[in-house]
Amino acid sequence: MSNYFEIKDLKINFETSEGIKNVIDINELNLHKGETFGIVGESGSGKSVLAMSILRILSSPPALIKSGKIMFKGKNLLELKEKEIQKIRGKEISMIFQDPRSTLNPVFTVGQQIINVIRHNKFLSKKEAEKEALRMIKLVKLPDAKNTLHKYPNELSGGQRQRIIIAIALSCGAELLIADEPTRNLDVTIQAGILKLINELKEELEITVLFIANNVNLVFIVSGRVAVLYKGKIIEIGTSQEIREEPIHPYTRGLLGIVSPAEREIKNLTEANLKEGIKAENSICPYFYECKKRIEICKKISPTLTKVKVNNGHWVSCHRVIDREVDNESTSIGH
Amino acid sequence: MNQPALVIKNLKKYFPVYSGFPPRVKNWIKAVDGVTLNIKKGETLGIVGESGCGKSTLVNTILRLEEPTSGEVALEGQDIFRLNKKEVAKLRKEIQIVFQDPFWSLNPRWLIKDIVGEPLRVHFNLSSGEILSKVEKLLGMVGIPKIALYKYPHEFSGGERQRIAIARALALEPNFVILDEPTSSIDVFSQNQILKLLKKLKEEFNLTYILISHDLSVVKSMADKIAIMYLGKVVEYGPAKKVFESPAHPYTNALFKAIPDANTKDINSIIALEGEVPSAINIPSGCRFHTRCPVAREICHKEEPPVIKLSEEHEAVCFLLKKGERGESWL
Repeated sequence: MSNYFEIKDLKINFETSEGIKNVIDINELNLHKGETFGIVGESGSGKSVLAMSILRILSSPPALIKSGKIMFKGKNLLELKEKEIQKIRGKEISMIFQDPRSTLNPVFTVGQQIINVIRHNKFLSKKEAEKEALRMIKLVKLPDAKNTLHKYPNELSGGQRQRIIIAIALSCGAELLIADEPTRNLDVTIQAGILKLINELKEELEITVLFIANNVNLVFIVSGRVAVLYKGKIIEIGTSQEIREEPIHPYTRGLLGIVSPAEREIKNLTEANLKEGIKAENSICPYFYECKKRIEICKKISPTLTKVKVNNGHWVSCHRVIDREVDNESTSIGH
Repeated sequence: MNQPALVIKNLKKYFPVYSGFPPRVKNWIKAVDGVTLNIKKGETLGIVGESGCGKSTLVNTILRLEEPTSGEVALEGQDIFRLNKKEVAKLRKEIQIVFQDPFWSLNPRWLIKDIVGEPLRVHFNLSSGEILSKVEKLLGMVGIPKIALYKYPHEFSGGERQRIAIARALALEPNFVILDEPTSSIDVFSQNQILKLLKKLKEEFNLTYILISHDLSVVKSMADKIAIMYLGKVVEYGPAKKVFESPAHPYTNALFKAIPDANTKDINSIIALEGEVPSAINIPSGCRFHTRCPVAREICHKEEPPVIKLSEEHEAVCFLLKKGERGESWL
């Protein structure tokens, strides 16, 4: 495994008045240089928290990074001083946020905003910076680049705004791009365009992309490898082809629509449940309450990521894999 | 059973654009520009289209939340635009709506029992005890426990709120329920459950749904008929199965190909439409899709395309279909 980007034993807690909640608990996550790595999970699974922790833009409190390392090219991002991480933000790691409507400043023109970022990081003259901004707008395939530079965000459509945001994110030569639900709130036809753009830019600029979304199909077609996040834990990880062909964790199978997803009880109405959830954190499989196929052991020991087959990179965190029960059943409930 | 229960005939809704001083109407936004649709009793009609195509304006007009510019909507033979205020109140008993965003559609200062009980209080002369027991029953129907009665909306997740909104819509026992993107703002898992619940309720009460969505998978699993809208017009209409199997209009094709599903191999197999939806103020001449159509011919720029009947009930508005060509081959 390459040491390009590595997350190790990362634990992030949210300390609220209701108690301490473990939001992220990841043992190991590697990104290879030049790949697109996808993270799927429903809302509340900790996708965005994970993304924000990489750039250290989580607000603390309530977030508290308990332990762990985020290694990027040999440096631990969590230990860097504020000045040092500033140098990494935008120049080496950059991020596209969820909502293109609220990420751009409405009182500045698009051009000013791109130029600002460029001049902040690169010490170019105004003219040079403008040239660079123009180049970036052309790069993200917006027509009529010169005029776009002088437009305000409200004059652009959602898709165009997202393109501008991508241009800003890449304007200082970032090599790792974190895309946190880049197509949320966009129409399907526009979404397709943005996805294609990200993919093309990845090839063209040879960047690495960490693609986060809650739509499984979307993540699968964009990424080479995929991790499924559930309640802050990675429960399945592998190449998108492997997971697609043979999803193993019951949750992933529900996501992919192979088995009907578990009927989720309406919880969190009683406080007892909440307390139980916090208390039970480490000694129970996170998916226990919803899993249809739970067995005795799931209640006692939290499963760890285990290799499915000997020589590929498909890992699953489920007790039943170890017993090989899931495999047998996959044929019976399959279709 | 097969009589159309709701008939929409050439419905138009234009919004004025004012400018200058004193303000004068300078332009019209043609949000809905001549829609004709029939909905049979017990059917689910799915309306699909990009944002800004007039889906929501269409249903708002059906509900008489907006007054139409022209056209008519007949509910079981009665033109709803001729109703007076009292009769409109009766209409609301017949047609109810579940709004898009359950975070906005429930009053944050009201208890759940008041939110769901409100339509009962307005329309019937019931004691508060009777209302409470009815509300309890309604909540039970959508799977919300009794304990919720004395809670506020913020104490619930998106999916639960949407269930509460559904309970409110069903309080008056309507025949029609309009679902305006019922699942767009909740996550995948709750989505499936809401859809299941809606299906169950439909069978139980013999409801007729008008389902608006831009998520084709939702429409696919729910709808019997589909209408695809583009810039205020229906460009394709037909039985859901047929439209999904053999989409005829180039726009329908483009929509289907833009969405990754379980069978999409990689990024190269999705197709993005060029450009953006044109403004509804300056609707392109001729066929309104010609600016983005991958197969537009010269005639499309000049003349409005005719409605082509492909089979019984399956129609599309496109010149190219006249010659008997099929949509797929163009893309």
